[in-house]
Amino acid sequence: MSLIGYALILLSKLSFMSVFTSSIGRKVAMALSGLFLILFLTQHFTINITSVFSEDLFNELSHFMGNNPIVQFVFQPLLIFGVLFHFIMGFVLELQNRSARKNSYSQYKGSTNASWPSRNMIVSGLVVLSFLALHFYDFWIPEMNYKYIEVLPLNETRYFEELVHKFESPVRVGLYVLSFFFLALHLYHGFSSSFQSIGANNKYTQAIKPLTIAFSILIPLGFVFIAIYHHITAF
Amino acid sequence: MKLTLKVWRQANRTAKGKMETYQIQEVSPNMSFLEMMDMLNQQLMSQGIEPVAFDHDCREGICGMCSMFINGEAHGPDRLVTTCQLHMRKFNDGDTITIEPFRANAFPVIRDLVVDRSAFDRIQHAGGFISVNTSGNTQDANAIPINKTDADHAFDAATCIGCGACVATCKNASAMLFVSAKVSQYALLPQGKVEATERVLNMVKQMDEEGFGNCTNTGACEVECPKGISLENIARMNREYLSASTKG
Amino acid sequence: MATLDSKIPKGPLAEKWTQHKSNINLVSPANKRLIDVIVVGTGLAGASASATLAELGYNVKTFCFQDSPRRAHSIAAQGGINAAKNYQGDGDSTHRLFYDTIKGGDYRSREANVYRLAEVSTNIIDQCVAQGVPFARDYGGLLDNRSFGGVLVSRTFYAKGQTGQQLLLGAYSAMNRQIGRGKIKMYNRHEMMDLVVIDGKARGIIARNLVTGEIERHAAHAVVIASGGYGNVFFLSTNAMGSNVSAAWKIHKKGAYFANPCFTQIHPTCIPVSGEHQSKLTLMSESLRNDGRIWVPKNIEDAKAIREGKLKPTQIAEEDRDYYLERRYPAFGNLVPRDVASRAAKERCDAGFGVNATGEAVYLDFSAAIIRYGKEQAHVKGLDENDATLVKKLGQEVVRSKYGNLFQMYEKIVDQNPYETPMMIYPAVHYTMGGVWVDYNLMTSIPGCYAIGEANFSDHGANRLGASALMQGLADGYFVLPYTIGDYLANDIRTGKINTEHPEFEKAEAGVKAQLEGFINAKGKQPVDYYHRQLGKIMWNQCGMSRNENGLKQAIKDIRALREDFYKNVNVPGGTNEFNEELAKAGRVADFLELGELFAKDALERTESCGGHFREESQTAEGEALRDDKNFTYVAAWEYKGNPSKANLHKEELKYEEIEIKTRSYK
Repeated sequence: MSLIGYALILLSKLSFMSVFTSSIGRKVAMALSGLFLILFLTQHFTINITSVFSEDLFNELSHFMGNNPIVQFVFQPLLIFGVLFHFIMGFVLELQNRSARKNSYSQYKGSTNASWPSRNMIVSGLVVLSFLALHFYDFWIPEMNYKYIEVLPLNETRYFEELVHKFESPVRVGLYVLSFFFLALHLYHGFSSSFQSIGANNKYTQAIKPLTIAFSILIPLGFVFIAIYHHITAF
Repeated sequence: MKLTLKVWRQANRTAKGKMETYQIQEVSPNMSFLEMMDMLNQQLMSQGIEPVAFDHDCREGICGMCSMFINGEAHGPDRLVTTCQLHMRKFNDGDTITIEPFRANAFPVIRDLVVDRSAFDRIQHAGGFISVNTSGNTQDANAIPINKTDADHAFDAATCIGCGACVATCKNASAMLFVSAKVSQYALLPQGKVEATERVLNMVKQMDEEGFGNCTNTGACEVECPKGISLENIARMNREYLSASTKG
Repeated sequence: MATLDSKIPKGPLAEKWTQHKSNINLVSPANKRLIDVIVVGTGLAGASASATLAELGYNVKTFCFQDSPRRAHSIAAQGGINAAKNYQGDGDSTHRLFYDTIKGGDYRSREANVYRLAEVSTNIIDQCVAQGVPFARDYGGLLDNRSFGGVLVSRTFYAKGQTGQQLLLGAYSAMNRQIGRGKIKMYNRHEMMDLVVIDGKARGIIARNLVTGEIERHAAHAVVIASGGYGNVFFLSTNAMGSNVSAAWKIHKKGAYFANPCFTQIHPTCIPVSGEHQSKLTLMSESLRNDGRIWVPKNIEDAKAIREGKLKPTQIAEEDRDYYLERRYPAFGNLVPRDVASRAAKERCDAGFGVNATGEAVYLDFSAAIIRYGKEQAHVKGLDENDATLVKKLGQEVVRSKYGNLFQMYEKIVDQNPYETPMMIYPAVHYTMGGVWVDYNLMTSIPGCYAIGEANFSDHGANRLGASALMQGLADGYFVLPYTIGDYLANDIRTGKINTEHPEFEKAEAGVKAQLEGFINAKGKQPVDYYHRQLGKIMWNQCGMSRNENGLKQAIKDIRALREDFYKNVNVPGGTNEFNEELAKAGRVADFLELGELFAKDALERTESCGGHFREESQTAEGEALRDDKNFTYVAAWEYKGNPSKANLHKEELKYEEIEIKTRSYK
């Protein structure tokens, strides 16, 4: 992950304006926010997977994440900003890119020279975004409600039950599986692409691509596994 | 071979264009695509129809003038060739072939299949050079040895013919492959390093002003590029740009 | 018009250029800002001249008919560029390059110009490297060289098979710098239609905007023609489709003499014609002859069987192959100069040994080179040198690294794999040594009008050596013209802006418009290409690789008839005020139809054989070209007198002070 560190240093040095005014600046911003979200995803997965083999550990970690002030008041807002930034920037770029060819081709064979995921990041991105809405509705809003609105008493063991409860509905599990499929597609292009955007593509970094592809398949598959596991074991 | 051709016709820059359908017969598989177009034009003229305007010059794949979007692909279905090197043996008797100009806002149509690619020239004016006077009083050519690998990579980048297939094929009409090829060529050579910072900033600025889209790393440009210019050049340009920005 | 004065400076050959540079007039930097120069054409010569003139401070207006200066046909030159650097330590020197060029040109070039060319050749390489031209390098990081036809040293610098491209892009980049600074105003998609001469001096041009059809007047204190050669008079040639003689021909009609039009280079290694539809021919770099061996079958029956498709070249045993160049010219073998190699191929094919369906092709075979390189590689890598499959594989890799792009190009066009089966090649028109007559300063016989690069005649005599065209284009543009033009312009510092309202501009513009209207109004039956193809056939058959009196006389008659028919029966659709490629072509073909006649007339006049000009009446018993030095050691400079047939011949005697004239022998 030293590359990400390097990228963060670069970002800190980039003049703020060039991020929004130059094509490459925007592209790099997109890549860095994506990498940040991938980092978050990895952390999220690490905690979730513990739910499969240790209810206690899962509860402990979840409690920590839910009540540590640094996580709550530094990382959480950062994450929300990251998601919003990635989404808004992606959407703006998509609009700009589409308008770079006002008269479109009557025949355009995109599939002969580029993969479906790479050409449809906006589609997979929007699916993931809708999933996030559902996810917020499922976990984050109840959580915020629990902690900050109703201010219910601390309960360090409630997380696992809440989790299992959510996966009882087969419809919800189905939606999760579908969303993670699109997340995989999004990552399949996005992860390796972000390295290209920050300029890491040469003979030394050839190994990155297979790793990113493995990641983009394994992590979403892992989430799917967790969902199905709890769905099955709930009964 | 008998073919049905659907060709974009547009009288001038401001006119509204449309696809027209023509039939053509007795096409030989040994013909180049442009020779087939010559044949079509002879036929149209004999029928009192104005010939289809298209750009072409060297007809050996190096000048970069020919620029047709054939059956949904820049320079047609073959790989590592320009339109002029595409041969009719790549098609079958009875095929319908769609022929359009390279399309992008930055490449306005001049007539039929002819587009204005002067945006590329303007990007080069912004920094596609090494500022050395042509007095001949430079140091000896062998004064600075250059690592063969770097020299070869610089050459590979420098083989770009500036045809615009990368822009035409990119779903975002991005010109990054073209610009990065020039940036890379100079970035790899000691002679070019001196003004690398200004070069990349100025060229990218001009590129953005011309109205090209952004790069989303689909890699389509690399596949359709008649000279096989590598995506590594875009990564290198991004690197150069980042490091130039941090210096700025 | 004054008689021919080539203005060769006095003094010893080796010091002429240096002394001349110190003695000619200069224009002060402040005054250069007041002077406008027009450059027509953006190939190596035009682009390098534009850049350098602008750098010196002149206001430059540059014109090209393509959509960008980078498209000029110099881009297609493959093999390399000569320079007397002697980096290989194989005995090269300025004098040897000079000598080789004169000898290669069959003693029909101007000694002083050629010496200067050899002298500045080394600057070109320094200059290009400084500009970032990525020449091939060896593992030590130093520049690599290869050898080329007609010489015994390795002095050719190259960038794979794309040297012309890299050099042109270098010159284009130098131009871009000046365009960015506003010192060059670039006119893309503009064609020069006529030269404007005021009080005997070139003062501007009439140009047509090829996008809008608008006719424009452009004034300047000097006009530089860098519009390349006229090989397309043959219709089929290795030139680009748009390459044309018009700019050169227009100045000829305004008073510039046209020199040695019949000196045309037919390049031996081109892809053979495949059918009637063919629009152009593709060259395969001469560098292929370094490793490829040229042959035809020894037995005429085998050749016949091959033509009928009953036999494959790989089935013909080694002893049944006739490596005719190695047989006839043991010293140079496959590396004889281009004219010699071309004629030898024609001789074999005419004798019935040609190999493709048309009978007009010979083989260029890499199997021996593949095995040789393969064994070398196997040895280096410590592998089994007797493993045929391995050796072939390793050898093919070496050949791929050297000529990969050429092999790929061949395969795309011919649909055969040249790694497995020999290539087929046949000579094709490639370069024209003849061109606008210029003096030592590169000025034509019109004061203030210059011609550089392939457009002029001076450096290659009757035959050009490989890798010398790039050298000449850049030498003229970077290092010669920018100095010599100052000598003329020094007298123009008080002239002020040239007025485009002058009656001469009006007259020239009216003439251009009338000609264009004439084409549109002819409303005949035949398209422009028909006439171009017909002209090409006449030229190829009567003025091609070998010429004779009867054929040339017939050609003159046929071209004249074709020209008359052209003006009456040509069909040019559309109008004058729009993008109209047929109209642009009509203007170019009209000029070719006149040049073609002068070409034949010049060939008829020169009854000797020399270089690319082979008169059947003048050959040795063995069929080698026979020069007539006593009667023809001159440059034939033709003055226009209203019609090509009335052209008036001026002779510039060629004097050789440093070189002893010898019979060229490559045996």
